[in-house]
Amino acid sequence: MNGQEAAVVVNDPSLIIIALLPFIGALLPGMMIRAGRNACAIFTALPTVLSLIMLLLLAPSVMAGQIITVELSWLPQLGLSVAFFLDGLGLLFAAMILGVGLLITLYARFYLSGDDPMGQFYTYLLLFQGAMLGIVLSDNILLLLIFWELTSLSSFLLIGYWKHLPEGRQGARMALAVTAAGGLAMIGGMLILGEIAGSYKLTDILAAGEAIRASDWYMPALILILLGAFTKSAQFPFHFWLPHAMAAPTPVSAYLHSATMVKAGVFLMARMWPVLAGTEAWFYIVTTTGLVTMVLGALIALFKDDLKALLAFSTVSHLGLLTMLLGFGTPMAAVVAVFHIINHLTFKAALFMTAGIIDHEAHTRDIKRLGGLRTLMPVTFVLGTIAALSMAGIPLLNGFLSKEMMLEEASHTDWAGSPWALPVLATLGALLSVAYSFRFIVHVFFGRVREDYPHKPHDPPFGLWIAPALLVGLVVLIGILPHVAEPLVRVAAGAVTGGTLPEFHLKIWHGITPALYMSVIAVLAGAALLAAHRPLDRAWIAAPRPEAKAIFDGLVGGAVGLSRWVTQRTHDGAMSRYLAIFVGSTTLLGYLAWRGGGMPPQTREMLPVPPLVLVGWVLLLVAAGSMALMHRNRFRSLVVMGVIGLTISVGFVYLSAPDLALTQISVETVTIMLLLLALHYMPKASPVESSAGRRIRDGVIAIAGGAGVGALALMFLLRDTPTISDYHLANSYEGGGGTNVVNVILVDFRGYDTYGEIIVLGIAGLIIYAVMEALLNGPAARKLRNTDYSLDRSRDRHPLMMVIATRVMMPIAILVGVYIFLRGHNQPGGGFVAGLVVSIALLMQYMASGFAWTQSRQKIEYHAMIGWGVVIAGLTGAGAWLGGKPFLTSGYDYFHFPPIEEFELATAMLFDLGVFLAVLGAVMLMLYSLSRIARYAGETVNREPMDYDPSADRTTRTTKEQE
Amino acid sequence: MISIALMFAFACFGLGLLFCLWRITVGPDVSDRILALDTMVINLIALLVLYGIWKGTAVYFEASMLVAMVGFVSTVAYCRFVLRGDIIE
Repeated sequence: MNGQEAAVVVNDPSLIIIALLPFIGALLPGMMIRAGRNACAIFTALPTVLSLIMLLLLAPSVMAGQIITVELSWLPQLGLSVAFFLDGLGLLFAAMILGVGLLITLYARFYLSGDDPMGQFYTYLLLFQGAMLGIVLSDNILLLLIFWELTSLSSFLLIGYWKHLPEGRQGARMALAVTAAGGLAMIGGMLILGEIAGSYKLTDILAAGEAIRASDWYMPALILILLGAFTKSAQFPFHFWLPHAMAAPTPVSAYLHSATMVKAGVFLMARMWPVLAGTEAWFYIVTTTGLVTMVLGALIALFKDDLKALLAFSTVSHLGLLTMLLGFGTPMAAVVAVFHIINHLTFKAALFMTAGIIDHEAHTRDIKRLGGLRTLMPVTFVLGTIAALSMAGIPLLNGFLSKEMMLEEASHTDWAGSPWALPVLATLGALLSVAYSFRFIVHVFFGRVREDYPHKPHDPPFGLWIAPALLVGLVVLIGILPHVAEPLVRVAAGAVTGGTLPEFHLKIWHGITPALYMSVIAVLAGAALLAAHRPLDRAWIAAPRPEAKAIFDGLVGGAVGLSRWVTQRTHDGAMSRYLAIFVGSTTLLGYLAWRGGGMPPQTREMLPVPPLVLVGWVLLLVAAGSMALMHRNRFRSLVVMGVIGLTISVGFVYLSAPDLALTQISVETVTIMLLLLALHYMPKASPVESSAGRRIRDGVIAIAGGAGVGALALMFLLRDTPTISDYHLANSYEGGGGTNVVNVILVDFRGYDTYGEIIVLGIAGLIIYAVMEALLNGPAARKLRNTDYSLDRSRDRHPLMMVIATRVMMPIAILVGVYIFLRGHNQPGGGFVAGLVVSIALLMQYMASGFAWTQSRQKIEYHAMIGWGVVIAGLTGAGAWLGGKPFLTSGYDYFHFPPIEEFELATAMLFDLGVFLAVLGAVMLMLYSLSRIARYAGETVNREPMDYDPSADRTTRTTKEQE
Repeated sequence: MISIALMFAFACFGLGLLFCLWRITVGPDVSDRILALDTMVINLIALLVLYGIWKGTAVYFEASMLVAMVGFVSTVAYCRFVLRGDIIE
């Protein structure tokens, strides 16, 4: 690693801006589309241009051998930091991504039709660009993985951009399934690498190559990472997704499949080259896969009639070539790979754009329907031909140079002891490549002009051909003057190999070498193959071939079937099944854990059982037992539930938890009322639905679960274990300013939880309201209207006694609520209980005088109350920021206003007020929703507070007398 | 002396609870059950107060007050359900 040690590391924060600009920019196109398509395109180009300029400003120092880094800590506990670094390889890829991105932006502006939502397209494009840029600049492998997944997701959006086309949707799904599955494998591999190296920083890992190769975990890591790289770069046997991704608009294909997405896998192999390469396993896996992919891709490409499919398989083939070169593991092969990355980008992007132009102008990309375009589309013809000749490896174009160097490398590499295997197969690949490149030229542009094009083709407007023209310019420039690319290749290849580069010069003429012979053979035989294309094509079509899409669909179908089977077995929608599985497995796991031993010795004695506690125990036991026995009578089981609730809350009092007792008793009351409200409109008995055997099974599971929990509690209670309560007790007053630890936990230590919970409670209240709305507009409402509930009813609808009693109770109950609320911070109580108490006080009024009468006397919307509760709690929490503290840190102080005694005020009280309002609002909204049913059931509305009101009579009398 | 009285009272109310439980379990009528539950609430209030006296603290008094305040509400709700079906009309 001499080169890396010598490299100067420079810190430059602008790198973060470069990496993030596309993401920030992604917000713009969606908005700018309202200002027109040109504005939209310009605002897409803007962040790209800015990034590119900043990158080019950094380029000179990178070319001079410096490495630019920047690091922000993100989750240091996980080893995850926002770390970027720019070396030669990163510079090459970043420049490619941004440069081609710019050309694609321009090309897409003219390519997309007026019907396509352009803002969406550009937003996806920028997201994808940002994700790619993130991959090549990341200095932290966890961050790299995040960007890696982002490319899978954003490419899914891009490939499926034409949502109306089934091919587009299927292609996008397939690409996502394959690349994301590979990404999952890669996560495993990267984590292993990080474990071996002891750091997730890429630069640390690159420096730990020796240790990693020597580790026992090298093979698993290698295979997992290669799975990620191979799926992304469409290597055999994962190559099948790439052609199907061609259903995307051509700008997407040109971007994803020439410069970016598929190169990500190659990039990763290049990036990890110093760490993983150089072993037997690496050589045989990577080289062989690359070789097979190269030959197979080229062979299929020759027989594809769709222009884009031809190019897609040619891309597969070239990616195979790159993979093979990286697999050789020699520094010179790495140099060739880097050089070919540049060359492939230039001619392949140009070719994709050319294919797009032809499709755009002739309305078909079927080679069998084209031909003779030479005279009709002269500009396109020139561009397409030069790019395709470069792809074929014809001298004076850049494709020739790197292909020649590739053949040179292949000619002196042995494969499994055979010196012939690689050169012969590489020549075969080159030969096929020549054949399909020539086919692209001859079958599309030459031949006679036809009469039956779907649309009379002509050259496109300037905006559409300028982008490929620029790329073709590069093809020719590098082809004639290869040394202009040399510094970039040198610095990028230096970054790949880690510094040790052999002496090399990029030049056109290498002398009479084996590679030259191989090239000549490839060109001549390739041309001959094209001449024989027609009979070969017939044979190809007749021959049986495995259809990748059918196999993939079969696999996916099988997986779906399997998961559906598992789901139906375990999640069949029956609550009893879920509970049985959950309770059964939890009990089993608990039992296994207990069997495993490691139980600390018992440190406490059993306490004596006072007789009264025994009574409470009997109460609970009998009530729970009769609940199980008589639950089919729903009303009776509600009464029994009352016993359980009461006993538990008194138990809380006895066990020194008055807060819990207050809460329990209030919750119990509210629950009973809501359940009774609902029960009125439901059957009063549950039918017997399950067989006796099943009930016994469920009983066994329930008893096992209960016994397990009981045993667990007993084990804990018999031992002194350190608990978090000690911390809470010690810090309650210091940190939270309250002596009631329970309340301080709720509003301070676990304030976040409480905040979340009141939101959930509010949501529950709103959902009940919404569900009731839907219910009352559905068939259930008709049933309600047609059911007669007036039978067997008492005449006492709103008894006088009850009305008077509740009126008297109301102020007392409210006062109790206020009292409990105010003192909650230091003594038992708090916003939650207070909310429940006040809601019970209100519920009493509703019960006594009826819904309509009471509702017309309150002016507050319960929805709004929930909202205000959440807002107040949230604002209180955010208020802590003003004091420079984290969210929900409470502050408190003592105040003295004569004549009142000195008292304490804590911000926690405001938070508690939010809790209070949310609880009150939610409970009342639930009641309101349930009561609405009654009106649908045809109940009459009462205007009077009670059935018989003596005072009302007197007032009428007096008014009458006055009259 | 007071402790003997307390013991006696504890025993009485404990027994009372068990009797109420008996009524709730066997019924025979819904109104028996509701009444038994209400009586149970009263017994528990009494027990809480007694326990407070035993411990010499006022904390339990508040709890008993709250139980008294809301305990009656659920009894009313049960009754309304039996009498009218809908507890809020």
